[in-house]
Amino acid sequence: MNEVASRLPIIAGVLTMVVTLSALLIWLERRLLGFWQERYGPNRVGPFGLLQVVADMIKIFMKEDWVPPFADKAVFVIAPAVIIVTVLMSFAVVPFTPSIVVADLNVGLLFFLAMSSLSAYSVVLAGWASNNKYSLLGGLRASAQMLSYEVFMGLSLMGVVMLTGSFNLGDIVEAQRDLWFCIPQILGFIIFLIAGLAETKRIPFDIPEAEAELVAGFHTEYSGMKFGMFFVGEYLGIILISAMITVLFFGGWQGPWLPPAVWFWIKTFLFICLFILLRAALPRLRFDQLMTFGWKVMLPLALVNLAVTGALVLIGHPPK
Amino acid sequence: MLKLLKGIWLVFLHAFTRPVTIQYPDVKPYLPPRWRGRIILSRDPDGEERCVGCYLCSVACPVDCIALQATEDEHGRRYPAWFRINFSRCIFCGYCEEACPTYAIQLTTDFEMSEYDRRNLVYEKEDLLISGTGKYPGYNFYRVSGVQIGGKDKGEAEHEASPIDLRSLMP
Repeated sequence: MNEVASRLPIIAGVLTMVVTLSALLIWLERRLLGFWQERYGPNRVGPFGLLQVVADMIKIFMKEDWVPPFADKAVFVIAPAVIIVTVLMSFAVVPFTPSIVVADLNVGLLFFLAMSSLSAYSVVLAGWASNNKYSLLGGLRASAQMLSYEVFMGLSLMGVVMLTGSFNLGDIVEAQRDLWFCIPQILGFIIFLIAGLAETKRIPFDIPEAEAELVAGFHTEYSGMKFGMFFVGEYLGIILISAMITVLFFGGWQGPWLPPAVWFWIKTFLFICLFILLRAALPRLRFDQLMTFGWKVMLPLALVNLAVTGALVLIGHPPK
Repeated sequence: MLKLLKGIWLVFLHAFTRPVTIQYPDVKPYLPPRWRGRIILSRDPDGEERCVGCYLCSVACPVDCIALQATEDEHGRRYPAWFRINFSRCIFCGYCEEACPTYAIQLTTDFEMSEYDRRNLVYEKEDLLISGTGKYPGYNFYRVSGVQIGGKDKGEAEHEASPIDLRSLMP
């Protein structure tokens, strides 16, 4: 009990920080997309348009919270909560600095993978419970996409685990003191980045929502804050994947001169920007291209990466 | 794959180019002088209304947004008793301006005419009339045309020959 109480400030701090950041990310994404498309983006409300977030929040809370009469009510209401809960749970294992981590699990990486798999339920259930053909199609696509990208997402991280010899994220960061894993695990990094994109359903892998074909995919029937929760969930997912890339491949909090937290957020921020840049630059894949790419290119690459890393680790440190 | 990366890099470079946006309410955009905006009725250099109530603008209007009633003053000079343009219908095509024989109806560079009430978009003659001559400063229809009005008889217009005496046999 006492231990839980001592963790409470950290839990509250992490929770506040990531939710605030995910709200700010909406503004950041719109501004950055604007700059990359040679326009300004929202710059009217407050300094640099920063209060746009507040305006959007007020607006979305005022919206009518409508559940369609043909929907499966209980599931329809639960679905958006699932995505938020699972993504926020994943943040529990992310080591922001050596001392700031909510739960220092010895299977932290597995916990993260499990939670990101669970978030697929949110999308599938939302699509199914909406009782709308476009939503159902979106849900179906999401389940297929999550299923196929989950596989090599996990496999791409096993190289890192082998090099560290631990599933604990803190240990993984510590193991990168001399060399960030993005160099020995360059293939793993690229595969994880692509899988992360697919996991967060971002362009070019946003086919579950694919507004050009499916209206809005799985969240077609959602409005008000339920719709907002899907979006907060998506932005939380971006922060989470960026944070995980930082932790797993770019040395987490490590870096000279600056305090650990600053290093962590600088690196994470750069990856968030990369996610937005990819959205600005790339078109959406076709569904069959997505599946072919996943199963025929990424999965074999992940396996090769796994095998080669395993062989090298064996040569370097033969098992006692 | 390389092409993809090239594309991403190109998009990234656009972060360093100046946005093409004109921040409208703060920065007014340049409008060409012949911009087709809010319609006005101009006056001739003497300060009289140019409109002679010929209905040609009303006929030319493809959306029928112009309505007027012609009348005459004591000098025999025609003018519109009332003149109404419904700007909620107007498509700013400029055909009325082309049709006008006296340069009375003109389109201006003003386009900021939003209203909260649709009825406020129906402009009456006093809303349309301006005090100046618009795009054609020196032009005065009655002074160059052969139409007879009080104070200007036939043959008294600029460059107008005297009327032929029908009763004379001399050439």
